[in-house]
Amino acid sequence: MSRGRVVPAGPPKGPAGDDTGCHVLHVDMDAFYASVELLRRPELRGKPMIVGGDGSRGVVLSATYEARRFGVASAMPMSRARRLCPEAVVIPPTFGAYSEASAGVMEIFRSVTPLVEPLSLDEAFLDVRGATRRFGGPRLIGEWIRATVEDEQGITCSVGVASSKFVAKLGSAHCKPDGLLVVPADGVVAFLHPLPVAALWGVGDKTEEVLRKLGLHTVGDLAATPVQTLQRALGPAVGSHLSALAWGRDDRVVTPTEPDKSIGAEETFPVDIDDPRVVRRELLRLSERTAARVRASHQVGRTVSIKIRFADFTTITRSKTLPESTDVGRVVYATAIGLYDALGLERARLRLVGVRVEGLAPAEGQARQLLLGERDTGWREAEQAIDRATRRFGAGAVRPAALVDPDDPLRGPRGGTPSPYRPDKRSRSGYSS
Amino acid sequence: MELRVERDALADAVVWTARSLPARPPMQVLLGLLLEAGEGGLSVSGFDYEVSSQITVDVTTAESGRVLVPGRLLADIVRSLPAQPVDLRLEGTRVVLTCGAARFTLPTLPVEDYPALPAMPTTAGSLESDVFGAAVAQVALAAGKDDTLPVLTGVRIEIEGEQLTLAATDRYRLAVRTLPWRPEHADLSATALVPARTLADTAKALTSGPEVLLALSTGGAGEGMIGFEGGGRRTTSRLLEGEFPKYRSLLPNESSAIAEVSTAPLVEAAKRVALVAARNAPVRLSFSADGVVLEAGGQDDAQASERLECGWEGEPMSIAFNPQYLLDGLGAVDSDTTTLSFTGPTRPAVLTGKRHQPGDVADYRYLLMPVRLSG
Repeated sequence: MSRGRVVPAGPPKGPAGDDTGCHVLHVDMDAFYASVELLRRPELRGKPMIVGGDGSRGVVLSATYEARRFGVASAMPMSRARRLCPEAVVIPPTFGAYSEASAGVMEIFRSVTPLVEPLSLDEAFLDVRGATRRFGGPRLIGEWIRATVEDEQGITCSVGVASSKFVAKLGSAHCKPDGLLVVPADGVVAFLHPLPVAALWGVGDKTEEVLRKLGLHTVGDLAATPVQTLQRALGPAVGSHLSALAWGRDDRVVTPTEPDKSIGAEETFPVDIDDPRVVRRELLRLSERTAARVRASHQVGRTVSIKIRFADFTTITRSKTLPESTDVGRVVYATAIGLYDALGLERARLRLVGVRVEGLAPAEGQARQLLLGERDTGWREAEQAIDRATRRFGAGAVRPAALVDPDDPLRGPRGGTPSPYRPDKRSRSGYSS
Repeated sequence: MELRVERDALADAVVWTARSLPARPPMQVLLGLLLEAGEGGLSVSGFDYEVSSQITVDVTTAESGRVLVPGRLLADIVRSLPAQPVDLRLEGTRVVLTCGAARFTLPTLPVEDYPALPAMPTTAGSLESDVFGAAVAQVALAAGKDDTLPVLTGVRIEIEGEQLTLAATDRYRLAVRTLPWRPEHADLSATALVPARTLADTAKALTSGPEVLLALSTGGAGEGMIGFEGGGRRTTSRLLEGEFPKYRSLLPNESSAIAEVSTAPLVEAAKRVALVAARNAPVRLSFSADGVVLEAGGQDDAQASERLECGWEGEPMSIAFNPQYLLDGLGAVDSDTTTLSFTGPTRPAVLTGKRHQPGDVADYRYLLMPVRLSG
């Protein structure tokens, strides 16, 4: 989510700055939740729209720029947003869609560099030093990311390119929406000093108030003030920190987060489901998708778990640890089905099912115990071939026959419109290839 | 019912039969052990609808009778009794047990509700109990332990005239043992799939007598049943259903390389080297005319290696195995020298005892699938 902080127009989004030494990128999705919602509701494009709870205690989670023009901002009470912009359409959040889009975006980042530090679902720092040979300079990398995110996810983002994290973050805030700003290493001070003190990381309402009383309004004012004065007013740590930031000094490095401990996918049915065949087919789809993601992350996992949420929201999980790690969808599915069958749910009404692979380890160097009578090329190789086809022709290019919609074989049940509740008469759960 | 029995004989009988009592039985009476006193002595029986066990021990019987007592409690009591004769007497609905100065009163279960034990099927043949016990132990270790593949949790028994074949596989390894036996009819031909754990426990327990009788119910629409009898004990077990893998086609007919290694030093070395192998990580064996080098561990972790003398016919080759599976096989070949035959680093290795002559078919073969080191 973009912070509510407003950065007034500073230097123009202007001529190509020199990106030498600017190895830090801050990428921030523009009005992320709202943009994702627009993909599902294109008819709202160009209109003020707010994502958030609509109850008496609802809060604005995100808003289109059309709504922001009326003063609507994130974290604002919905009742106030309504008053500011009565014609805005309010949409309740669908978090599953956001985290899915987020995962896709983060994957794009990780295809550039492993040094990705996500700050939230919709923003991240990237250290691109290792990628310049492949992509060209940081500016070109930023442009490539913007184009790829728009191409693959259908949403726009803004990229700040700078020599440090906090300047990169200011840069992206500065060129929002749908922009890119390079703050040259030797132009940091010139960029920073006209900004209001509130633009600095760590300056909240209270600090801003203290600084205002001292007559310090811009970052330049702050830079011109002796550090001892700031330390007396704000405490030794904050004082010296702000003084350093005001001169563009920020030596925090981009710290990639630990790789996922588990990879999974889950599906909330549009209507509660009691048909075991539909549940099994959904488990197949989720197993395939989970295994594909495990393979894409170059990992293997040892434990498969399923999650079942009943119509009354009671939620249970069951897991099984395999004799050895896997990244094969068929193995994940067989295990998931075994866990599901063992529950003996009969026709219980289910709201959600999920499949997860845990106990992840790098696939590299994994020893694999071979099976007697095993063919040299098995399901693993078949699924790797599917991965290649998917990369070339798109998701669902090759899939189990059970997941092909008999009414429209070119689209899967998830090709666009969800229809796991449409009984599929022809195919049985499982592979039929 | 009233009787006197030796403490050790009673303890042996009760503890053995109580082992097969179910933890969560479908019927309360199955938690009981059936004690029957009569002319032939005291018989103790347990049953869980899958497996029945019965043993008869000598007693001094004053009065015959039949009583059902809580099995686990009786086993706990008998195990801790002093070494003195034990008296058992039914008083009303309670059993009074006295041994020396110790006295226990146990409630009984409704004996009239106890199901009839399955009848012993027709005797198929017999063999020495120690030979049978050793053969079963060699094979049962390769059976699967995962109940999701029930067929693989069994040992396949094949009877072809005077030859008995036992086979088990968990898909990672396959153990096959052939041995002579004495069939009731020379042209007897039959197969059975017996739960491996039951078979292993039974074969071990039956070594208390000199001989084991095998009984099979074959054909018919009813459920298959196998029975074992020897040394006063008898066990019946339901057979597993399903088709055992066609394992004979897995046994390689030829090999491209053969190693002959002294078994004990190889076992010692494999155990030592495996200490640094992480869970599921293999031990690598590199064979050449100079011997075999065992290695385990990774670049960033602890590493170990050890070299051994070994006979080698073939091109130098490296192959990796799960160390436990390798040790299982080396322990089971039951020979001072182990022969390992290879056809390639991703093909099964065959472990057998020493070859006396080239071309000998070993009566025990342990096929072990290697581990592939992937990049």
